Amino acid sequence: MIDPATIWAALIAVAVLAYILLDGFDLGVGILYPLVKSEQDRDVMMNSVAPVWDGNETWLILGGGGLFAVFPLAYATILPALYAPLIAMLLALVFRGVAFEFRWRSKRHKHLWSAAFAGGSILAAFAQGVALGALVQGIEVEGRVYAGGWFDWLSAFSVMTGLALVVGDALLGAAWVVMKTDGGLRQQAQHFAWRFGALTLAAIGLVSLWTPLLNDAYLARWFNWPNVILSGVMPLLVLACAAALIRGLRRGPDALPFLAANGLFVLCYIGIGISFYPYIVPHSVTIWNGAAPDSSLWFLLAGTAVLLPMILGYTAYAYWVFRGKVDPNEGYH
Amino acid sequence: MLDALTALELARIQFAFTVSFHIIFPAFSIGLASYLLVLESLWLWKRDDAYATLFTYWKKIFAVAFGMGVVSGIVMSYQFGTNWSTFSDKAGPIVGPLMGYEVLSAFFLEAGFLGIMLFGFNRVGARLHLFATAMVAFGTLFSAFWILSVNSWMQTPAGFAINDAGQFVPQDWWAIVFNPSFPYRLVHMVLAAYLTTAFVVGGVGAWHLLRNSQDRGARIMFSMAMWMAVAVAPLQIVAGDLHGLNTLEHQPAKIAAMEGHYETHENGAPLYLFGIPDDESEKLSYSVGIPNLGSYILTHDWTGKVKGLEAFAEDKRPPAEWVFWSFRIMVAVGFAMLAVGLWSLVQRLRRRLYFDTWLKRAAVTMAPSGFIAVLAGWITTEIGRQPYTVYGLLTTTESTSAVGAPAVAASLVAFIVVYFTLFGAGTVYILRLMAKPPRADEADEPEGPTRASGLTPAPSVAPHKVFSAE
Repeated sequence: MIDPATIWAALIAVAVLAYILLDGFDLGVGILYPLVKSEQDRDVMMNSVAPVWDGNETWLILGGGGLFAVFPLAYATILPALYAPLIAMLLALVFRGVAFEFRWRSKRHKHLWSAAFAGGSILAAFAQGVALGALVQGIEVEGRVYAGGWFDWLSAFSVMTGLALVVGDALLGAAWVVMKTDGGLRQQAQHFAWRFGALTLAAIGLVSLWTPLLNDAYLARWFNWPNVILSGVMPLLVLACAAALIRGLRRGPDALPFLAANGLFVLCYIGIGISFYPYIVPHSVTIWNGAAPDSSLWFLLAGTAVLLPMILGYTAYAYWVFRGKVDPNEGYH
Repeated sequence: MLDALTALELARIQFAFTVSFHIIFPAFSIGLASYLLVLESLWLWKRDDAYATLFTYWKKIFAVAFGMGVVSGIVMSYQFGTNWSTFSDKAGPIVGPLMGYEVLSAFFLEAGFLGIMLFGFNRVGARLHLFATAMVAFGTLFSAFWILSVNSWMQTPAGFAINDAGQFVPQDWWAIVFNPSFPYRLVHMVLAAYLTTAFVVGGVGAWHLLRNSQDRGARIMFSMAMWMAVAVAPLQIVAGDLHGLNTLEHQPAKIAAMEGHYETHENGAPLYLFGIPDDESEKLSYSVGIPNLGSYILTHDWTGKVKGLEAFAEDKRPPAEWVFWSFRIMVAVGFAMLAVGLWSLVQRLRRRLYFDTWLKRAAVTMAPSGFIAVLAGWITTEIGRQPYTVYGLLTTTESTSAVGAPAVAASLVAFIVVYFTLFGAGTVYILRLMAKPPRADEADEPEGPTRASGLTPAPSVAPHKVFSAE
């Protein structure tokens, strides 16, 4: 019998992964904005994500809200520990979020809202990467409260993971634009995908080598028998995704680079999961001592069992409605 | 100035600031989503393109307001953890799952169908599009249901026990969700959202009628809004009264502060219309009151006993200086809404609805009144439940995070600057959209007919194509 805390840890993990992948490409579209000069191309890029960005960001609320509901101790310790990067992320998301509508509402200030969209996307991705890196480094908890300092999140490692997520999201965004557009814009996006693909792979290599050095527990996790097998398999899977990315960019189909980029993200995420388990706040709070009482877990699980499949259904439907290449002449704006 | 404040005070100001900004958007979008559903239904039913024009007109405004609501709402969902982590740890097992249900049943529903509602008409057809609009509208209502359940549980906690770690743990979910003040608060807030939207729509309609009293779209808006005013304002006053009686039962100190009662009145409390409360000296100066009416309203007995603030320990009282005023502002706005509603009814019966210039001016003036009432109402209930976050059990002081004052001050300044700039710009854009009358060829381009980007105005989803041909 699987206990509800484990089910919830898996569900929260899936929600956060869904967020990273889904908002990853739409943040990526914003990150690419400064590299795309034509406002017309920018319009098409924005229209390619406009119908879905709101749903994508809802997964972030589910990640945060879900943590609050089922792992309140983790929520109450991680959030104060990551205060600065999280506030920066929230403000950045406000900037880019309003840009979706505001950019069409003023001709004179359109370029300003383009800048807000780009700056907000870049800062949000960077702050998320920093937060993730800081979490990997571990959070000090005493009693039931965060016991570290206000700049514990800042380190060479967390800045590195911040940059890594910016280039990774840029790859997702570029691959998305390759898949969703045609002509000159698609060609530009292909160039970006090559460059950010190379940078992403370099970042994955660097973070993978760095993480085990942070902490003996990570070292043991990855290099003790039998886990050491995983240390051999994971890089091979990363290479397979890289090969698929290259093939997709050379010969198509246009969906392949996007799938391959997502594959890279999933592998990295699984890697982080392997490092973390069984902690939810490394190395302070485990899944079980961070969990809410069983009655809270079951109460929300009952509804989730019904609602989550529906959410996946209509989200898939919304993507299906807006499938295919974006027609530059279409869009509500 | 910020140096003089403690981390706790700064965190309170930050929460008050971000939540006050946030509530403005849902207060409008809950009502507007329902209005859009009504407009689209009327269009499909009557096949009158005037409704399609209005739908598209308000849809654009909805998109801007909704976007601001979403991003300011994401901030709220993280604010509990960043600034109120002790509250989060202790109340999380109860409050968290309710918010989880809000995300799962409301936010995803709204977000999932919003894209189709805004951009998808030609891709899905009229019926599915109406369905998408309905899902967005229901989503806003589900959201109100859950978040008001959360807030009400904090005001009137029920169905819980306290465990060894000091956490509130659920015992009876039914009692938690439908806690004693929830039904009243839910009704009061949903009606408030509908009234807020009605007065915005009515104000915009009146504005355009002042320029051209023949404008069909403006007439429809104005007429629908005034029907809402006359129907919902009285309901809201009744709902507010019932909510007040419920508060008297569960949070008598809040009522004492609202009414300006420092002393306990053993047989017959006056209804103070005016006065200047002073918490220090515990006096209501310059008071103007109607004898015994206070007791009658609160206890339905002319000589009923009404507890004053003196009946509560000094550290367990809310500050009357805020609550007394915010409550009066809310009530005054409510009665002004009723007055406009009745005035419009009289003119409608005299067939003068579209021609009474002063009525139209009054409606324009009253356009933002709902927001004022909503903010004043929330200030009343939230300051009135101080000094607690979970009423009677967990104080605000105990709820906070161990975040240093400089960190909270810096983030507070950032929120203030960003919110005023961005939401200020958003408000300007919304007002600009409202300043134009609804037109049959209602299009989405910014300022003027030519697109900055050189694109043709969205041919496949452009509303004149979408809604003109059947």
